[in-house]
Amino acid sequence: MERNIDYKSLINQHAPPSSVVKNSIKAFICGGIISLIGELLASLYSTFLEKKDAYLSVSLTLIVLASVLTAIGVFDKIARFAGGGTIVPVTGFSNSVTSAAIDTRSEGFILGIGKGIFSVAGPVILFSVLAGTLYGFIYYLFSLFGGMI
Amino acid sequence: MRRILDFGNDVSFVSYAAVGGYEEGRGPLGKNFDFIDKSSLFGKKTWEGAEAEMARCALTFAMKKGSLSSDDLDALFAGDLENQCVASSSGLFTFGIPYIGLYSACSTATEALLLLSSLISSGQIECGACVTGSHNSAAERQFRTPVEYGGQRSPTAQWTATAAGAFCLGHGGNIIVKEGMIGKIVDGLTMDASNMGAAMARAAADTIYTYFSHSSLTPGDFDLIVTGDLGKYGSDILCELLDKDTPGASEKHIDCGTLLYDPKFQDCHAGASGCGCSASVLASHFLPLFEKGSLKRILFMSTGALMSPMSVLQGENILGICPLIRIERKNINDN
Repeated sequence: MERNIDYKSLINQHAPPSSVVKNSIKAFICGGIISLIGELLASLYSTFLEKKDAYLSVSLTLIVLASVLTAIGVFDKIARFAGGGTIVPVTGFSNSVTSAAIDTRSEGFILGIGKGIFSVAGPVILFSVLAGTLYGFIYYLFSLFGGMI
Repeated sequence: MRRILDFGNDVSFVSYAAVGGYEEGRGPLGKNFDFIDKSSLFGKKTWEGAEAEMARCALTFAMKKGSLSSDDLDALFAGDLENQCVASSSGLFTFGIPYIGLYSACSTATEALLLLSSLISSGQIECGACVTGSHNSAAERQFRTPVEYGGQRSPTAQWTATAAGAFCLGHGGNIIVKEGMIGKIVDGLTMDASNMGAAMARAAADTIYTYFSHSSLTPGDFDLIVTGDLGKYGSDILCELLDKDTPGASEKHIDCGTLLYDPKFQDCHAGASGCGCSASVLASHFLPLFEKGSLKRILFMSTGALMSPMSVLQGENILGICPLIRIERKNINDN
């Protein structure tokens, strides 16, 4: 048993950690660039759309862009550099759905793509819906007693 | 009891071949491969189809190099990383050779060679073949995330090789399989699927230790002690374990996973892995070195991580296994 504990510490000694600082800087810059693109698009769209529609269109544009980059095999190369910078924005969500769809295409539309498309994004969707519901409920409670506070 | 199997002096490599994909082609051993497909698709529409085609391709090259036909081969041992070993069966069924499908994760190459050698040495069959392979994209999608998914990998993660190796064994050749030792399942004491080298290093150390405690030879009698796919960090752990139990072994150690790619320009992290890694490195690197006369005797082991994505999520430790064969030049003691 003592040997087992020794081995675990041996593994840790020989496993270099991911470089947190370097990865954070890269993610910050790349995430910032995506946000900048988003803001520029928002300004552009605002010239001919209402503000709410303009921001919605920005999300859609980024989703389509990430999806196309995934399809032509470029996104994963950018993401390998950018890390959290591309995963956290909506681009990451788009990539996870598109890449899963590409993978499962060979097994057919219904049982392949239909079953596999949310294999990575599924937990994100489920728990964001749950979180949204919880938030809505709390918001409702506050609004009930809002007059009293 | 675990013992050394003696295959005598006449189980030999008749011919061998390696095929690979894009990364393997531009790696340091690329020029020694018999065939490289830069698209890594091998003319097929799916990655799984490509893995099957690689197995077919590798065996075709090996048979051609040994001037063998399907009728000359009495048995075919093959395995890959896909569920139910479907790449091997669908890629090799057209040959019509009596077939046994194997699954021992990345250690399948040595397992197949060991089983085939024991059948030949016992006189049950005259000549047979082994084929093992793996495909990076098929493995990514089965064990990890979709191929085009954009995520960062741990520095300890390895890159599943898109490669296959085929070996025809029989009598009369100059490079013989002299001994073998069946692998034992050893608890890797880790659940980290992105550090498989660490999970398998214990099994490799156990096999090397057991071999030398039973054998009359010492590590000094070998040119090299080769492991399959421990990668850079798994190799470091193995060497540290060997220094405690088996003096002299770590200086002879080399890992196939660190030979297949060049970390300077290939984004392979800790090195190569997969059934195709040890098989293709044996066929493209070590056996040609025997032919040239640079090697006289090696211990060849493939390391396997016995796990599934499900077992990891359920919190089970990754188990390691490491079968061994001893490869040497015929009549090594004559000169």
